[in-house]
Amino acid sequence: MKGAEIIIECLKKEGVEYMFGYPGGVVIPIFHHIFNAPFTFILTRHEQGAVHAADGYARASGKVGVVIATSGPGATNLVTGIATANMDSVPLVCITGQVSTDLIGNDAFQEADITGITRSITKHNYLVQDVKDLARIIKEAFYIASTGRPGPVVIDVPVDISNADTEFVYPDKVDIRSYKPVYQGHPVQIARACRLIEQAKRPIVYAGGGVIISNASGELRDFVHKTGIPITTTLLGLGTFPETDPLSLQMLGMHGTYFANHAVHQSDLLIAVGARFDDRVTGKIDEFIPHAKVIHIDIDPASVSKNVKVDVPIVGDCRHVLAAMTKEVNPPEIGEWVAHIADMRDKHPLTYDDRDGVIKPQYVIEQIYELTKGDAVITTEVGQNQMWAAQFYTYTEPRSFISSGGLGTMGFGFPAAIGAQLARPDKRVIDIAGDGSIQMNIQELIVAVQHRLPVIIAILNNGFLGMVRQWQQLFFDRRYSNTCISFAPDFVKLAEAYGAAGIRVEQKTEVAPAIERALSITDRPIIIDFRVEREENVYPMVPRGKSVKETIMRELA
Amino acid sequence: MSKHVISVKVENRFGVLARVAGLFSARGYNIDSLTVSETEDESISLMTIVVRGDDRIIEQVKKQLNKLIDTIKVIDHPAGSSVQRELALVKVNAQPQKRSEIYQIAEIFKAEIVDISKKTVTLEATGDPEKIDTIIELLRPYTIRELIRTGRVSLLKEKD
Repeated sequence: MKGAEIIIECLKKEGVEYMFGYPGGVVIPIFHHIFNAPFTFILTRHEQGAVHAADGYARASGKVGVVIATSGPGATNLVTGIATANMDSVPLVCITGQVSTDLIGNDAFQEADITGITRSITKHNYLVQDVKDLARIIKEAFYIASTGRPGPVVIDVPVDISNADTEFVYPDKVDIRSYKPVYQGHPVQIARACRLIEQAKRPIVYAGGGVIISNASGELRDFVHKTGIPITTTLLGLGTFPETDPLSLQMLGMHGTYFANHAVHQSDLLIAVGARFDDRVTGKIDEFIPHAKVIHIDIDPASVSKNVKVDVPIVGDCRHVLAAMTKEVNPPEIGEWVAHIADMRDKHPLTYDDRDGVIKPQYVIEQIYELTKGDAVITTEVGQNQMWAAQFYTYTEPRSFISSGGLGTMGFGFPAAIGAQLARPDKRVIDIAGDGSIQMNIQELIVAVQHRLPVIIAILNNGFLGMVRQWQQLFFDRRYSNTCISFAPDFVKLAEAYGAAGIRVEQKTEVAPAIERALSITDRPIIIDFRVEREENVYPMVPRGKSVKETIMRELA
Repeated sequence: MSKHVISVKVENRFGVLARVAGLFSARGYNIDSLTVSETEDESISLMTIVVRGDDRIIEQVKKQLNKLIDTIKVIDHPAGSSVQRELALVKVNAQPQKRSEIYQIAEIFKAEIVDISKKTVTLEATGDPEKIDTIIELLRPYTIRELIRTGRVSLLKEKD
């Protein structure tokens, strides 16, 4: 069997439903067999769209996203998407074409050293040098991408390997002596953690994307309900614990709630689960948790004690570890603490200055929540739109919030929404976008039209690159250098040009009807161009490198 | 910042050295030296890395090395726990009247003379890194023309 056909056979064996990508010279032999493959091929209009769509598909489904691109520019166009997936631990297998082995290193046409380029932004990568290794490598790639701390794997396939013949044998199992992820937490560490929890007076659970990745939301809920410990989540942890639950403090971090950030700051025990103490969470690291001991549960040993000193590290899968802890732990006595947090919540709620006559972006998000009854899958772009989507939609289910957290990739949200919609045809998928971000991958609109995907793109259009403008306002003397983008396309006409629906909303009273109209359309994507308050800021805000004590709560007069 | 010696067993495969080197540069760790060679098992390479940093950095270096898919094992070699050797080639100016002094230094340190020209002598010195440092210091007054060191290799001592 030829290498190209082996690739398709391997993908079939892995149960691939969707493949995202774009053809080109050296992958024509592979596309020759994609032509009649049993899975659906999603031809995006840019390779970056393909990799983000595969990422969105992976995050929404928990399955591995599969991408193909040609050599050179095709492969380099994947780079941002691969780095995005790597930062957020998303399982992807990216197949890139490569020039033939005898030309590698020759500066051949459309040659790029993609294994070299992606070495530091992949979990692992391969350059296939012998067609006999191809099936094993693909098997390993799926295994590495989806186990342990997941991540993207690149397989670079020279065109002569695709054309070479060998016997096809797909290995039954993978045995990599140098890669053995640990799933079970150490019982001694689990016992130590439980004793610390039982003695704690002011404990907080801090849960991240790792809980969602390991499908441990059920175990997390059991743990929190048994112990009664209040819980805050990271941006990527949104939905792992229902924000409707009284124990939820919603999101922490730079734009987290006052009560989450202060509860963490005042805590005497921080139980970190599948989170990695990102600088957007901790702020000034020395003042982050001055009184707290730390229990850190994570599958990646390198995440433990990287940014903060950890008292009880537990390396393992959140699902196993949380289940074991729930069984063993006795609830601490923390009535006063819970009451104190409730009091902080009453005094400093998450809020905004809603007014008649203008459309506040936060109001738009709240209306989307109301009208979808919280049952949508929300994707976001990056910037203010992302933070408002995190703050003002109430998440109750894992995999209902999909956003580029670690890398902060503008242009991610819409292609990710396409992938998410394919993964979840039973849900409405809504991309909360800014007028800046949406223009970064707008070309994928035609893909949503072609596949009749009713993705709603809610543009919070303020004519600015809003988050950068906010920083310029607060920290750079209001010099709005190159952040005003009011010279903009007509998004309604643009939608129509692509065959999508377009709705413009200029009055607050039109917000809800527009969302309802969008929700009633089920056979094509819809752009809603919300003309929101132009200089609205995201609050609260802990300025970069500062502690929670310096939180800016609202607009200073 | 103290020096740590870390020994890393890796798959003897194309690209592994680049992964390890890339990890150090990407994360801003300082390598003093890195040596790599095959081992008794030809499918495995052994790297000896000398890295500077406090305990927290060394801990991170080891974890990050372990995270590489091709890393089989990371072994710390704390001071005194291992046999460490290094080889240096030193080409030194050797005028006729100074030549016998240089030969004496070589003899004391059991360094071999591996090349002689009208104006220079080249010594090959082997030993623990401190010994190499000493020889170099002693030769410096004669003007060292060229110097190359292999970087250290390290094997844990056997405990009976």
